Amino acid sequence: MAHIELKNITKKFGSHTALTGLNLEIADGEFFVLLGETGAGKTTTLRLIAGLEKPTEGQVFIDGVDVAAWGAAERDVALVLQQYSLYPRYTVRENLEFPLKPKIRRLPDAEIKDRVARAARTLRIEHLLDRKTDRLSGGEMQRVSIGRAIVRKPRVFLMDEPLSALDAKLREALRTELKNLQMQLGATFLFVTHDQIEAMSMGDKVGVLNHGRIVQTGTPQEIYNNPRDTYVASFVGSPPMNLIDGKLVDDRAVMAPMSFELPVTGGARTGSATDGRPLVFGIRPEDVYLEGGAPVEAQVHDVENHGVEKIVTLRVGDTMLRATVPARTAVEIEQPVRFAWNPDKVVMFDKGSGVSLRHAG
Amino acid sequence: MASVALTHLDPASRAAARGWSDLTIRNLFIIPTLVFLIVFNIFPLIYSLGYSFTNFAANRSEPWQFVGLQNYRELLSDDHIWSNFVITAKYVIVSVAGQMIVGFGLALLLNRSFPMKGLITTLLLLPMMMSAAVVGLFWQLLYSPSWGPINYVFGLGDFAWLSNPDSALYAVAITDIWMWSPFVMLLSLAGLSAVPQHLYEAAAIDRASWWYTFTRITLPLVSPILLIALIFRTMEAFKTFDIAYTMTTQPTAELIAIRLYKQAFQQWDTGKSCALAYIVLIMVLAITNLYVKYLNKVKER
Repeated sequence: MAHIELKNITKKFGSHTALTGLNLEIADGEFFVLLGETGAGKTTTLRLIAGLEKPTEGQVFIDGVDVAAWGAAERDVALVLQQYSLYPRYTVRENLEFPLKPKIRRLPDAEIKDRVARAARTLRIEHLLDRKTDRLSGGEMQRVSIGRAIVRKPRVFLMDEPLSALDAKLREALRTELKNLQMQLGATFLFVTHDQIEAMSMGDKVGVLNHGRIVQTGTPQEIYNNPRDTYVASFVGSPPMNLIDGKLVDDRAVMAPMSFELPVTGGARTGSATDGRPLVFGIRPEDVYLEGGAPVEAQVHDVENHGVEKIVTLRVGDTMLRATVPARTAVEIEQPVRFAWNPDKVVMFDKGSGVSLRHAG
Repeated sequence: MASVALTHLDPASRAAARGWSDLTIRNLFIIPTLVFLIVFNIFPLIYSLGYSFTNFAANRSEPWQFVGLQNYRELLSDDHIWSNFVITAKYVIVSVAGQMIVGFGLALLLNRSFPMKGLITTLLLLPMMMSAAVVGLFWQLLYSPSWGPINYVFGLGDFAWLSNPDSALYAVAITDIWMWSPFVMLLSLAGLSAVPQHLYEAAAIDRASWWYTFTRITLPLVSPILLIALIFRTMEAFKTFDIAYTMTTQPTAELIAIRLYKQAFQQWDTGKSCALAYIVLIMVLAITNLYVKYLNKVKER
């Protein structure tokens, strides 16, 4: 198990810059999720740690040792890829044995057998051991590929969107399994995904990556409740945080002309300097309430029924915002409703830089 | 999708405007080939099978007789023919093994990116595109005992490669290796580039050595295409005539095809040479069949 640190990493592919001045620290035994859109540089980061790519600038440390000169083999990491990368023509057992069998570091047969059996039991693929890998379903293949990582007892597990090719049910099941596995092994995991639900549900810590830069690192709660900027706010959460342009006047959020105004707490903390300055107000849909006597009137623009809850899109003037309400709330499209928000939960961002006022301080 | 495109004629096309149907067009393309095949391949094939049971000679006008299996019986008990077969077998083994090793080796070297890869690959493919007779004459010069570059480079003095009974056959085999390794290389290169890069990465992560990766991942994945190269080259090598005929007259390098040529067009023993041709055909078919069976087994795995 190991501690990983990336210091000031820049990676260029030709004229394209994949990562810019990236700093990242992953504690021993931590489940770290790297979250970002396609093309944000997540996979590149993994490959740099794995030793499949060399950084253009910066250093990679594993347990405090600069591993620049080490190849993938010496780094002793395990990598689980999205496309499974099982060795074709071999059975599941042979695939699991593969990393244990190379001559130079060959383990005794009994040990190999024991480790394969244990990995198969953990991942519940014992019944598949003698099957050829091309006769497996997607979920089974991914389990085998995770199995091939765990038999080795590597220092770090690197996972590149291992669940994204699976169907929803299986993804949910494997998510729990992976998290349990990590706790059971006490291993350091670096998990890359574009799915914010995976990030929220599995990560001890989440790093949000945007265009090759780490935007924010923190626990899922910090990221969710206190996003550092509007990018994180709109990327994390489903539906995303409502972001509305406006101004702060006497602890009230005043939205653009002819719209609405609502109270905000904590505005005073930032001082009168923010008064009248263009801001973006962020509020999570679950902190927007529909109530009979609430201060603002809006039209229901759209209703999405999700079973346990409804996501209602409200229209005030030409501003749209979404609210998550219990499923039993009766709303119809174009029906006038009144709403309010939880003033404690409002996050204010600077209009120009997009950075949260809480973080800017 | 592709089959749809093939079976339905676009109504806006020029062919449709001329009132041609799909069937007309199909026949237009297929019939010439069929006629050619029948006239120049299938008909002679059957005709020569008939001749192989007679004592027909193409340069004599006297009537021929049906002799039954006598031609076959004589041929199969002829020690000369058997020694020709042994020579051919040696030649096939040496030349095909050489081509597979050199060709696959070159493919392994080329299967990465480096500057001028395309140019180098094309240059390496050139020998295969030359006429065999030209290659034969060219190598005859290279092997020349008095001033040939090969003896000069290896310091072999006046070693006569092509007139030495012990070396003539191998000298021809080396030429064949030079000429046909590119073919194996081309097929291997196709096979190697079809091995997904992520498997190599996974193996690197799994700390597999180069040799372990090669034997466990590369070889099993390219073996079907290597076998196809092996089938083609074995068939071709078995039938080798041109290179060997232009390069040497040594009896120790008399391949079965040369023997056949002499029998048919120097001794004008047409009936008997037809029989010999059939024996060769059956042997090639048998060997090819073995390979194909094995290939199917490899593919199933």
